[in-house]
This record gives sequence, structure tokens and C-alpha cells, in this order.
Amino acid sequence: MTRRIKIDNATWLLAGLALAIAPHAARLPVWITLLCLGVGAARLFSARLPVRGLLAAIAAAAALGVYGSYHTLLGRDAGVALLVVMLALKLMEIKSLRDSMLAIFIAYFLVITHFLYSQSIPTGLYLLLTVAVLSAALIGLNYPGKPLDTRKRLRLTAVLMGQAVPVMLVLFVFFPRVPGPLWGLPGDAYEGLTGLSDSMTPGSISKLSQSGAVAFRVAFDGSPPQPGQRYWRGPVLDSFDGRTWSAGEKPGWKADPVGVAGKPVGYTLTLEPHNKRWLLALDLPASLPTASSLSATYELLADAPVRQRLRYHAVSHTAYLAGADIGAAQRRRALRLPPGYNPRARELAVSWRKSAQDDSEIVRRALALFRDASFFYTLRPPLLGENSVDDFLFNTRRGFCEHYAGSFAFLMRAAGVPARVVTGYQGGETNPLGAYMIVRQSDAHAWTEVWLKNRGWVRIDPTAAVSPQRVESGLAAALPEGEPVPMLARLDSAWLTQLKLAWDTFNNRWNQWVLGYGQERQYDFLSRLGLEMASWKELAVGLAVGVGALLLAFSVFMLRHPKTGTADPAAVLYRRFCSKLARAGVVRKPGEGPQDFSRRVAGLRPDLAARVNTISKLYVALRYQPHPRPAWLQRLKELVRSFKA
Amino acid sequence: MRWTFPDLIKFRLFNREVLKRIFNRIGAETGPVTLDRQRVFILPTRHGLTFAFALLLMLVGSINYSLSLGFALTFLLGGMAMVSILHTYRNLAQLTVRAGKASPVFAGQQASFSICLDNGSGTERLAIGLTGETQPPHYVDIPAAMTICARIVLPAPRRGILRLGRFSLFTRFPLGLFHAWSRLELDASCIVYPQPDSSKLPTPALADREGTSTRLIEGSDDFRGLRPYHSGDSLRHVDWKAMARGRGMLTKQFAGVAQPELWLAWDDLAGMETEARLSRLCRWVLDAQDAGLSYGLRIPGDTLEPDNGEAHRCACLEALALFGIGRNRDQTH
Repeated sequence: MTRRIKIDNATWLLAGLALAIAPHAARLPVWITLLCLGVGAARLFSARLPVRGLLAAIAAAAALGVYGSYHTLLGRDAGVALLVVMLALKLMEIKSLRDSMLAIFIAYFLVITHFLYSQSIPTGLYLLLTVAVLSAALIGLNYPGKPLDTRKRLRLTAVLMGQAVPVMLVLFVFFPRVPGPLWGLPGDAYEGLTGLSDSMTPGSISKLSQSGAVAFRVAFDGSPPQPGQRYWRGPVLDSFDGRTWSAGEKPGWKADPVGVAGKPVGYTLTLEPHNKRWLLALDLPASLPTASSLSATYELLADAPVRQRLRYHAVSHTAYLAGADIGAAQRRRALRLPPGYNPRARELAVSWRKSAQDDSEIVRRALALFRDASFFYTLRPPLLGENSVDDFLFNTRRGFCEHYAGSFAFLMRAAGVPARVVTGYQGGETNPLGAYMIVRQSDAHAWTEVWLKNRGWVRIDPTAAVSPQRVESGLAAALPEGEPVPMLARLDSAWLTQLKLAWDTFNNRWNQWVLGYGQERQYDFLSRLGLEMASWKELAVGLAVGVGALLLAFSVFMLRHPKTGTADPAAVLYRRFCSKLARAGVVRKPGEGPQDFSRRVAGLRPDLAARVNTISKLYVALRYQPHPRPAWLQRLKELVRSFKA
Repeated sequence: MRWTFPDLIKFRLFNREVLKRIFNRIGAETGPVTLDRQRVFILPTRHGLTFAFALLLMLVGSINYSLSLGFALTFLLGGMAMVSILHTYRNLAQLTVRAGKASPVFAGQQASFSICLDNGSGTERLAIGLTGETQPPHYVDIPAAMTICARIVLPAPRRGILRLGRFSLFTRFPLGLFHAWSRLELDASCIVYPQPDSSKLPTPALADREGTSTRLIEGSDDFRGLRPYHSGDSLRHVDWKAMARGRGMLTKQFAGVAQPELWLAWDDLAGMETEARLSRLCRWVLDAQDAGLSYGLRIPGDTLEPDNGEAHRCACLEALALFGIGRNRDQTH
């Protein structure tokens, strides 16, 4: 055990630790990053170690600091912060091989925590590099004495990691996967996942729309539906408190039966995790994926919150008749309005009720209002006052889909037409390279459903009345120049579009096959290989056979004997010299040492004695001296070449 | 002999040969020894166990959070640990070990045994550790198809024959997660001369041919000529003037006719303890050689006729070293 780690090892170790900590720096409180930098600098420029007592005091202070920053020591974020602090302090007390190796093991563990935040391809590549540097540091630590040559160090790292990759692949494919967590996850495990919410206030969807993140990808069994039909149904909001539309308490009845017409549309949807129960489905789903149910308002709900990328197949009908006959309770629920708010809008709705012949006409009038009056579709609407609907309809007239859907539903209810707000996504970008459609958070949308006699729940999209392009061509086309549309939702130049679609295709494969490799995928993949492996036992056998075969192959390759003599050029030259002598009649006996042989030759052929002696001495020096000079080999080569017996 | 994986994983502990080796029941071996599969053992180190525990934690975390890349990383590190078994094992396996000659030392000095490690394979072996029973490990690198000699230094507290005894070759390279080792006992020994007496007691009387005694004097009467210096020649007889003139190291020779013969005899030291006697005789041998005298040694069971020179000195010292022991008996510590 060396008292102090060698400088080359210290450099590799520090580089590895820095790489392992760096991506966390953006998420950690600034003081932890500063602590790490300070410790790193101290280790790099000073050989002195702090006294144990001081270190304990710093450790206690740091733990308090973590508690101060997160108000807990448990959970994902605080846990990572503690681990980073621990690693930094470990670095302060490294003095033996044991400490250094422990620091590397902690750093390996820290690498895995990055995957809690991102498992993208760039993250994966970055962390692969980190693991390589850490492993190179580990190799150097186990090389006592002088510093390990960098080329040797890197070559060994590459060989070890290269040989480990096939082992990893076998383990990855065969290791039995269990669905779901083994125990409860900390509350903050899924923080930061974006998606629709179960309530809608003016501004909530326009905020979501500025994110270019992928909401889901969908591959259609046949041809995709027309753009105007691509309404992806999410949470349905049928309670209004004067400002916010929300899902409200669960109704006591079941979903009314749905009559369908036309051709069914089948599709496989891969939903990004959003930590809520909704599964998105094309309006209106007719079949249910496994572990899901249909709510009273035709929302497709998973049995548990979607916390991992989820893949499911569903069938929808774009032509349907839903809830042809609704009960009084359901009707009452779809007409509820809080008293007092928005008097002008109520007045307008009541005036429509009085003059209109039926509900359809009221709907037409409301849509006409949006179409004809100077309403403006924008991602940056002005703030609204207490009576938000009044304010929007009569003053600002600038808004995003939630303003239109919300005020339309309000007007309908005020006029006595059952109505509700439906949120979800509208549109999507086709990726011809991967034959699927990408739907992003920027495609988030809100529309309404009104109940009309004989027609049931009918989808009305008031935004389409204001900006028909929104529905036909997507967000970027519908918004004027200068709006903060996410980069990926913009229609860019052709090659950029191609590039980004190619990248998304690759990403999709990564998501589907690498990140989404769970129990189902595993079964699916192995049966494709012709291996019907359902049970743990069979998987374990496959795993053992695969890893065993690989290690056997490596060991046969690594431990085989080299062909004698091929390795050492000096031995080859000496053999050539011996065969030259043998042709002249002087044969070296088996087991006769070079020096004995040289003496014997000198006795038999005194004319050759001097040269034979030189060659033998050179050969012995090359073979048995600890540090033979390359020049000797060159000399031996010349001597043997010119030797004549 | 070809290596196959089943050889490696076969549970060989029930093999009699292996059991013998584990419990060190095999005696010293002569000649070069090649570290075959019955001689190389490999087990995880403490760090290896810590690493396994870290991997287990990582695996459990990956399962719990369903982290596909977490699985991938855990399996990659696990795979590296697995192939590192092969690398560590290969680092030591098939190494040929020879013990070189050890030069005689005086009791109280350190005996240095040369251990030559012959790497017959085409791959370089790095960080091969060599450790004796008491010696801290010494690490060497052995390039492909090369032989490197390292030293094991043992204290030689007593005169006699010092055996090399057991020593270990081991390696933990490259990852330090596994420890491969082989314990060897090679038939190598070192003659330990008695410790020369440090007292300045008078040297024994010179016995001339007639038996009259004279004091030990330098035999410098008759200068006969010069011959090239041999190691062991007294520095007092080096012709320094000739050397200063650039003629190299030459030893002055004196006519032996007048050289008195000196008998160093066990019986001259009656009343002393055996080891003290041997020490004293050792001192006299060194002094007599140093003085360039012709001296003989007479101890019970052995008589060396008077002579001078390095070979004679060694023969005398060896006779003293082995007094009462014999060549074939081990020195027991």
C-alpha cells in the first residue's frame, strides 16, 4: 500500500471523478459544486491532508448543508447530493490504495445516478467515456511502482471494456426483467416530467406548448387519418370554478356505449412517461390496451401512473356516436357553472338561447363570434382579470387554445348546452424515415365537446374557427412570426428537417429497444430469436450458457500458447545461426546452452571461434539481461546474416 | 499442454496434487518450475468483494427504477470484472521460475537469492509481485519472451546453509479485484559463513617447516614479478604505481619458497565455545588471506592443506560454515 498515490494516478482519478460529478453540477446547489472544485484543486496542488477531526466537522456541515438545501436527506435529489459530497470528502482523505479504489467504486455508483435524470444517447456516450477514464485510473492504481505508460493504460482499458461489451449484451438480453419497482420510490423520483395536467387555467397549455419535448410517438397499422382528425384525447375537464377547468370529482356512472362507423384505425403508441394515469388515444378509442380502463368521459386511463416509456396498441374510430342518450345527472354535471362570474358572457349566451331554435344553432353562433370578431391566436396572450371569460371575449380577444376552449364551453353551459373541455394533443409530425408520427408537447391542445340531441357528444374545436391552420398544418404554421415556438416544431429548411427526423428515428429505436427493454420486449425479442423463454429458470440457463461461452472463447484465445519462437526475434535469429552451423556439420545438442555450445564450436572450428563467441554472447545478453538495448538485436541480425560456416 | 476453460473452472480442490500444494506438503523442487494450472490459484480480493457489493447495489437500483442504461452499466462493469479474472490469471500462468545461485554471505548479513522469471508468452506481464516469507513485495514487469531476474533478500543470522524456503509470486493486475498467486519452494540455498570475530586478538603463531614459531608477518621478502589482478588479491599487493601509469591493476607476486606456512587449527582455541571458535577461525582465515599468507585449516573432520587465493579462502570458509552440519542438513531457524 503506497502511502501517497502517484501523481499520474491522482490525475486520472481526479479526471474520472470530475467527469462523474460534472453533469450533476447543473442540478446541485452551487455550494456543492464549489466544494467539489475546492477539494479537487486542493488535491491537485497540495499534498497535505486535513486532520481527521476537521474532516469530520466538514462532513457534518456538508450533511447539514444538504438538509438545508433540500429539506430532507432522502429521495433522489438529496441522495445524489449526499453521494457527491461524500465522494468529495473521500477525496480529501485518500492516502492509500484502498481509499482510491473505494473512491472509484463510489464514482461508478454516481455514474448510474445520472440515468435517473436522463437516459438519452448523448448521456450514455458521455458516461461511457467517464467509465473508461475511471477504469483507466483503476488500472493505474493497481500498477505499483513507477507510473504506468499511458499507451499501455489506454490499450488495457480498451481491451477490458471491449471484452466486457459482449458479456454485457448477453446479460442485458437474458437478465430477467421484473415490471415495476421492488419497493416504493421516493416522492421526487419522477419530478420534472412534462405533460398535460388535470386542470386548465388560461396560460397553462401555452406554457406547455413552448416545450419541444416528445409527448409520444405513434405508428399506424394502415394509413394515418387526415390531419383534421388527429385529435389525441387526454384528460377531460368538466368542472369550472370561475377561472380553472378541472376534472372534478369522479362521476358515479359508467361510460355510455359508443356506436361506431367507418373504418377502424389501429396504431401502436409509445408514450413518454408523464407521471399521470392518462393514456393518449385517437378520438375515440374502441379497444383498450392491457392494464387500462375507459372513464365515464371516455378517457383512457392506465391502472398506474405512467412512469416509464409505455408502448401499447389501440384501435380508434374517428366516426362515432357517443352518449346518444345521457342521464339527467350527467346532463346536470355538464351544465354546472359557478354563480356570479362573467356576467356579460352569460348575458350573451342567454340572448342566444332566447333567439335560437336549437342547440346546434347556438353552437354555430358561438363559432361565428370567434370567426368574425377580431380574435387573435397567440402563444403570448395578455393577462386576464377576475372575470376571465368576459375579459377575453370582450376586451383582449387574444388567446391560445385554452382561452377559446374554456370560454366556448362557458358560453355553451350558460346557454344551456351541455359542454366540457377536452385536452390532449392535436396533429403530429410524420417521420417518413421511421414510418411513424412524432407528437410533441408543442402539439398540446384543448378543445370542447357539446352534447347535441341525436348526435351525442360532438367535438367542437373553437380554435379551428379562429385559426384553421392550427388544425390543418400545426402550431408553427398557425402562429405569426416571432412567437416562441419550440425549435423542433418550426418548419425548417429541408436538410435540417431531414436531419432531425433521422435523429428522431434513431432515438425512437433507442427508446424502443434499449430503454424500453422490459419484460414484454424481452419475451418478444427472445421469441424472435426462436427462443421461447418464459420462465426465470430458462432465462438463467440462457444467461449462464451465453456468458460461459463468451468467457470460454476469451480464455481459449488469451491462454493459448504462442507458437514457439515467434515472439522473440533474438531466438529466431539464433535458430537460424544454429541451422547454418548444422549445415556445416556442427549440430547443437538438445539442452546444450548457448555458451557451452559456443565453447564446443570454438574447439571444433577455431576459425569460427571469435564470431560464434560474439553471436552467442549477444544472444545471451538479449535473452537474459533485464534491459537489452535495441541496438544489440540489430547487431545480432547483421552478424547472423553475414555468418558463413 | 493447451488451456481450455473447463480446466479453469473445474473444481480442482479434490485433486490430491492441488491439496498438497495448498497445504504446502510438497518439498523443495529442483530445476525450473512452470506455473501450470495446478499451481496458480485465484480468488477475489477484499476490493473485489467491495466491488461486487457495489454492483449488487447498482443492480437493485436499476431494477427498482427500471433503468435500462443502469442495467447496461452494471453488466458492463460486471463483464469487466469477469474478464479481469482471465487477465489476472494469464498474467501469472505459464511463467517459468528458476532460482539462481546465491553468493555466500557471513552470518548477520543478508543473503540475496536471484529468482529468474521467464515469460515464454507473447504478452507482456505487468506488476508481478514476488514476496518471501518476511520480505515486503517487490514488483517486476516481464516483457514478452523475456526473462527478468528479481531478488529475494533473506536475513542470514546463523552460519550453515540457508535455504531459500517458500516464496510467493502473485499479481492483482489489472483491476485489483482478483488475486492470483502461486507458492513455490525451489531448491536453492546459500552458504552462510560464520560471523568473523571482531576482536583484535593475536593471530596464531606461524609454524615454519622446522616447527619453530614466528609472529605473523607480511610475506614481502622476495619480489618475483607482476600478474593481472584477481578478485580476492590483497589490495596491499596491488602495484599502485603501475596502475597510476595506466597499466591496469596488477598484483605483486612474491616468491613462495620463503613464505612461512600458517596453520589455523581448531585445537589452538581450546576452552572456547564451538561457535566462538569458528568465528575466530573465520577471522584468521580472512586475515591470513588478506596478508597474502599460505595458510591451512585444521578442524575436526576436515583438513585443508596450506594454500592461498580466493578459491582456497572459500573452501576454508565453507568448511567452517558447514562444521558439524554437513552439506545436506538444513539450517533450522
